[in-house]
Amino acid sequence: MLINQSVLSAITEHAKQELPHEACGYLAERNGVIEQHYHMTNTDKAADHFSMDPGEQFAAVKEMRRQGQKLAAVYHSHPETPARPSEEDIRLAYDPGISHVIISLAVPESISIKAYKILSEEVFPENIEINLEA
Amino acid sequence: MNITINGEKEHLTGQTIVISDLLQIKNVESPEMVSVQLNGKIVNQERFQSTSVTENDELEFLYFMGGGENK
Repeated sequence: MLINQSVLSAITEHAKQELPHEACGYLAERNGVIEQHYHMTNTDKAADHFSMDPGEQFAAVKEMRRQGQKLAAVYHSHPETPARPSEEDIRLAYDPGISHVIISLAVPESISIKAYKILSEEVFPENIEINLEA
Repeated sequence: MNITINGEKEHLTGQTIVISDLLQIKNVESPEMVSVQLNGKIVNQERFQSTSVTENDELEFLYFMGGGENK
């Protein structure tokens, strides 16, 4: 996964802003590079769970289409646990076509961001390559 | 019948189809976890079997997105 530095910074900031709750959103790519994040409301407003609002999801994917982007990933934060998929994350990963990016704030001075594919409840780590020029 | 699904034009035989059958013929996995928008309005899950799609309708399919650290 190739992702712009500015997007990583923005989703990290989003995760911090939403504390103590989990943050969530979509990541959009163009020509294989993740270039934009779309903040979503965590309708659960919970520290250990998130759900997206379907109305916001539809609006975001339509905007991506207008911009010539594609949905690449969903991101969410883990305020107190490591950046790996929980049982809940795995169970609720219904869309096989996207990646899952998790931002862990468990160690505030060393925020960790990791990416995974989750297919049929199997987890496959993905490398994150940072595009420093954006 | 010509319709649009997730921004792509599609041609289906027949004049009408209900949403649940459309999800099936499009091989959508876990259809019970899919949100559907028909001509800009979200359709409740319980109406998938009774809501018809007709000529020139625009549909969007999206998976429910949720999870969490679940301490």
